[in-house]
Amino acid sequence: MSGDNSYMRDRLLKVLQQVTSQPVTIGDEDSLFESGLLDSFALPDLVAGVENEFSFRVPDSDLNPRKFDSIARIEAYISEHVQ
Amino acid sequence: MSYLHTFGAHVPTRIVANAELAAELGCAPEWIESASGIRERRYADGDTVADLAIAAARDCLARAGMEASKLGLIMVSSGSAERRFPGPAATVAAALGLNTTPVLDLPIASAGSIFALSLASQLAVTYGDVLVVASEKMSSVIQGAARDQNTAILFGDGAGAALVSSRPSRIEIVDSVLHTDGANREDLSLDWGGPLRMNGRTVILQATRKLPAVIQEVLQRSGLVAAEVKQFVMHQANQNLIMKVARTLEVDASLMFSNIAKYGNTSSASMLIAASEWEPSPGYTVFAGFGAGFNWGALLARVA
Repeated sequence: MSGDNSYMRDRLLKVLQQVTSQPVTIGDEDSLFESGLLDSFALPDLVAGVENEFSFRVPDSDLNPRKFDSIARIEAYISEHVQ
Repeated sequence: MSYLHTFGAHVPTRIVANAELAAELGCAPEWIESASGIRERRYADGDTVADLAIAAARDCLARAGMEASKLGLIMVSSGSAERRFPGPAATVAAALGLNTTPVLDLPIASAGSIFALSLASQLAVTYGDVLVVASEKMSSVIQGAARDQNTAILFGDGAGAALVSSRPSRIEIVDSVLHTDGANREDLSLDWGGPLRMNGRTVILQATRKLPAVIQEVLQRSGLVAAEVKQFVMHQANQNLIMKVARTLEVDASLMFSNIAKYGNTSSASMLIAASEWEPSPGYTVFAGFGAGFNWGALLARVA
């Protein structure tokens, strides 16, 4: 993992911890919903947290829970939208 | 220019408390309340969507002290009507003794009443007094062999109504905004005879973005901000969603009118049932709704 990716991951984990108010100990591919870390009403907070932390707007057309269901998926999404 | 004159409502007498539902669904009553803010809802049993609509229509007309024969148009929204056609609007008109007054059915769940109010505010100028009714029998679509806990806890039955007119009243309709995006049409849907399908995560994710945005849009068109609004009367979808909208708008939670604890989510009827219990106070009030389609919208009213 490159330094940039590691830095991005640390920032994402910080957002996740703020939203869930608990340590994030699951694997990158594990479902945030199935693990109990996220629920329907925490998901909008996670999206807002990602937007604020990484300074970009998630368009309405991308407001799909599958895009935010694991650390790996969120990392991939952020990588696509942040230079 | 159009005005809101009176509201009306009818809810069935049978109360289904969380304890009764929890026993059927195998969950805790406390979980239902924490997940939705709902403590009880009403089930209509033998009554149809049209029966509920007629009762709400009569309540609205009685509060207005108005005879049905004075109406120029009736609009009835429902996502749970029993028949393909005719929709419940024709039955409502017939029950009110009308045989020439035009009617419109809006098969729009959840956002049906905000769509109907917005359209009525335009049509009242041409048709005269418009009776808007929203009626739902959601118990009929959530009760079945494959009962989904996530939808069964939410929904209840009831009907609401509003009288919209170009004749001045205390509540002026200043502006309204409606939107539709069909990209997520499968995330909340009901086929004839089929179970209600709801992807709750998508619905909430989209609603938490679109509801504050459309409220801000209708306010911005009048040069207003959320802090200048006295009350928000929204579709009673879920108390947690209503509170999330308040936080996004940065307004006090007390400004969000709520009666979802008593009636649950009655889909398109909920906003008008809420309006029938709302006590207008001078200043701006915003009505808003979001639902299947996705359809969403907001209406700005000024109370004198």
